[in-house]
Amino acid sequence: MDNIVDIDNMTFSRSGRVIYNDISLKVPKGKITAVMGPSGIGKTTLLRLIGGQLAPDAGDIRFAGESIVSMNRSTLYKTRRRMSMLFQSGALFTDMTVHQNVAFPLKEHTRLDSDIIDTIVALKLQAVGLRGAANLMPSELSGGMARRAALARAIALDPDLIMYDEPFAGQDPISMGVLVKLIRQLNDALGVTSIVVTHDVTEVLTIADYVYIMADKKIIGEGTAEQIRNSESPLVQQFLQGEADGPVPFHYPADKLENALFGEKT
Amino acid sequence: MNPIQSLGAGAISQVASIGRAGVMLFGAIFAIPRLKNVPLTLQQMFVVGVQSLLIIVVSGLFIGMVMALQGYTILVDYGAEGSLGPMVALSLLRELGPVVTALLFAGRAGSALTAEIGLMKATEQLSSLEMMAVDPLRRVVAPRFWAGFISMPMLALIFSSVGILGGHLVGVDWLGVDAGSYWSLMQSSVEFGSDIGNGIIKSLVFALVVTWIAIFRGYDCTPTSEGISKATTQTVVYSSLAVLGLDFILTALMFGIE
Amino acid sequence: MNKYKAELMVGVFVLLTIGALLLLALKVANQTMATQSDTYTLYAKFDNIGGLKERSAVKVGGVTIGRVNSISLDKKDYTPVVELSILNKYKEFPETSSVSILTSGLLGEQYVGFQPGFSFDGIANLQDGDYLQDTKSALVLEDLIGQFLFSRGKDEE
Repeated sequence: MDNIVDIDNMTFSRSGRVIYNDISLKVPKGKITAVMGPSGIGKTTLLRLIGGQLAPDAGDIRFAGESIVSMNRSTLYKTRRRMSMLFQSGALFTDMTVHQNVAFPLKEHTRLDSDIIDTIVALKLQAVGLRGAANLMPSELSGGMARRAALARAIALDPDLIMYDEPFAGQDPISMGVLVKLIRQLNDALGVTSIVVTHDVTEVLTIADYVYIMADKKIIGEGTAEQIRNSESPLVQQFLQGEADGPVPFHYPADKLENALFGEKT
Repeated sequence: MNPIQSLGAGAISQVASIGRAGVMLFGAIFAIPRLKNVPLTLQQMFVVGVQSLLIIVVSGLFIGMVMALQGYTILVDYGAEGSLGPMVALSLLRELGPVVTALLFAGRAGSALTAEIGLMKATEQLSSLEMMAVDPLRRVVAPRFWAGFISMPMLALIFSSVGILGGHLVGVDWLGVDAGSYWSLMQSSVEFGSDIGNGIIKSLVFALVVTWIAIFRGYDCTPTSEGISKATTQTVVYSSLAVLGLDFILTALMFGIE
Repeated sequence: MNKYKAELMVGVFVLLTIGALLLLALKVANQTMATQSDTYTLYAKFDNIGGLKERSAVKVGGVTIGRVNSISLDKKDYTPVVELSILNKYKEFPETSSVSILTSGLLGEQYVGFQPGFSFDGIANLQDGDYLQDTKSALVLEDLIGQFLFSRGKDEE
C-alpha cells in the first residue's frame, strides 16, 4: 500500500525542549489516520511539520515520496496545494463572507471564471451543509459551523491530504457527530487521505482506520482501532479510559509534599 | 542570569529582531509585480489613508490656527505680523506637517495595522494562508505596507495645506493681518524644491519607518492577547521615537548646513 | 458595492492630495509654470552682496521683474557675481541701467533694486548674458555704524 506521508526517525525540538524524539509514522493513502495523545505534547506541531511550516532537527518527512524537508520554497508551495489543513479555530478570514472564504483558494490558485467558482463554492458548501449560510460573516457562525465552513474551504481545491487539527475540541455532541460523519464521508467520497489529530478518543476510534498514540515524545502505541482497544500497554489503556493517575502521572514532577511543607530547605 | 548577561541577551535579541524585520520587508517589497495585489492595496489605502483623513484634517486645521495665534502675539511686538504667512507655512511644510502626521498616523493607523496582523496571526489566519500555499507576506503584509507608504505622504500634504488655510483663518480673517502680505511673503520665502520637496522626502522616510514598524510588530508578535497589546504599544512608542530621532537627522542634513 | 465605495473614497483621497499639492505649489511657493525661455540672464558684479540669497527678488520701483538665479565668486578677481533671471516681458532696458542691493524695511530681506538708465542714441539695450556695469553694493550695518562713530570722533576734536 502506498503511503502519502512518511515520517522517518524524526526528531524535533523547540527552544531547547525536545518535542519528538526519533519517531516514525506512516499515513496510508485513502485512509483516515488518527494521531492521539494528551494535550500539550505538540500534536499540532506534527501537522505543521508535515506542512513544512517547521523543519525537523533530524530525520525526514516525505509527502508522496518527496522529501518536504529538502524542498525549496517554490516546490514547497506547489506541494502545499495538494494538502490542506483544518485549523483548530477554523482560521476563517474574518473580513470575508463564508462564500468568499471558500472561493479564496480557488481565486488564488486557478484562473477559473467567477461563474464556475461560484458553482464550485456552492457545491462545497452543500457538502458541509452550509450553502444557506454563504453570505454570513464568520463572526455570525457558531463554532461548529465555522469549522464546517473552514472544512469547505479546505476541500475547495480537492486536495490529496486533509489534516484536521483537533476538529472535535469544544464542540457540543451534535456538532461533534456532524463533524465525525463529514470526515468519514469526505474521505470516502473524495478519495482523500485524512490525518486527524485529537484527544477525543471515542469519536475518533469510530472512524479511524489506523491510530497512533503519542505520549512522552514518542509513539507509545499504534494499530487499528480494534488493536488499540485491546492493547496491553498500561499507558494506552490509561489514555483510553481517561484515568487520572497512571503511567502519565497526575502530579507535575515536584518535591515530596512533606519536604516542601515541613522539611528544611536544602 | 546576572545583569550583564541579560543586557547582552537583550541586545542580541534586538539585533535579531532587526534582522527579521529586514527579511520581512524584503519579502514584502518584492511582492510588487503581482497585479492581483493592486485592488488589495487600494482596499488598504481606504483603511489606512481615507479613514485617517478626518483626524489629519482636524489636527492640521487646529495646529495652523494655534500657530497663527501664537505667532501673531510675538510678531506683532516687532511690527512684523506680515511675516505670519512664512512662519506658518515654513514650520508646517518643513517640520510639523511630516512629523505630526507621522505621529498621528502611528497612533491611528499603525497601531491598527499591528493589532490586525497580530490577531490574524493569533487566529491562525496567517498559518492557514501559508498552508493554502499563499504567501502571507505577499497577500497580507505587502498591500498594507504599500498602502501605508503611499498614504502617509499624501496625508502630510493635506495636513500642511489645511494648516496654512487654518493660519489664514485666524491670522487674516480674525486678527486682521493683511491677506496680501500673508500670501506674498509666504510665496517669496517658500521654495518648492527645498521646502515642499524636502517635506515630502521627510514624510516618505517616516512613512517607510512607521509602516515598517507597525507591520513587523504585528507579524512578529507573540500570538496571545497580551502579546498583541504589547506589540500595539511598541508600535506607537517605537514609531514615535524613530520619527522624532530621524527628524533631527533629516533636518540637519537638509536645512542645517548651507 | 463595498469594494466600489472603497475605490471611490481612495479616488477622493487622491484628488484631495493633488488639490493640496497644487495649493502648495501655486499659492504657497508661487511655482509659476514659467520655463527657462521666458527669462533672459544678466550678470552683475558687486563688491559686497550682504545678505542677498538665491531667489531673492529683482525689483524696479517695487515691481518684481525677476529673481536672483545664482551667486558665485569670480575666479580672477574674487568679487561676487550675481546672475539675474529677468522676465522676457521686461526686455528693453538700456545699458546705462544700474543695480543696487537694497533692504526692504529695517529688518526685512535684501533684494536687488534695478534702476533703468536713460536711453538715448548710441546706447544699446541690454542683451542676454550682458554684464551690468553700474552696481552699488549692499549697505553693511557694521560699516555704517563704524563710519558714523568715526565721523563723530572727528567732529569732537
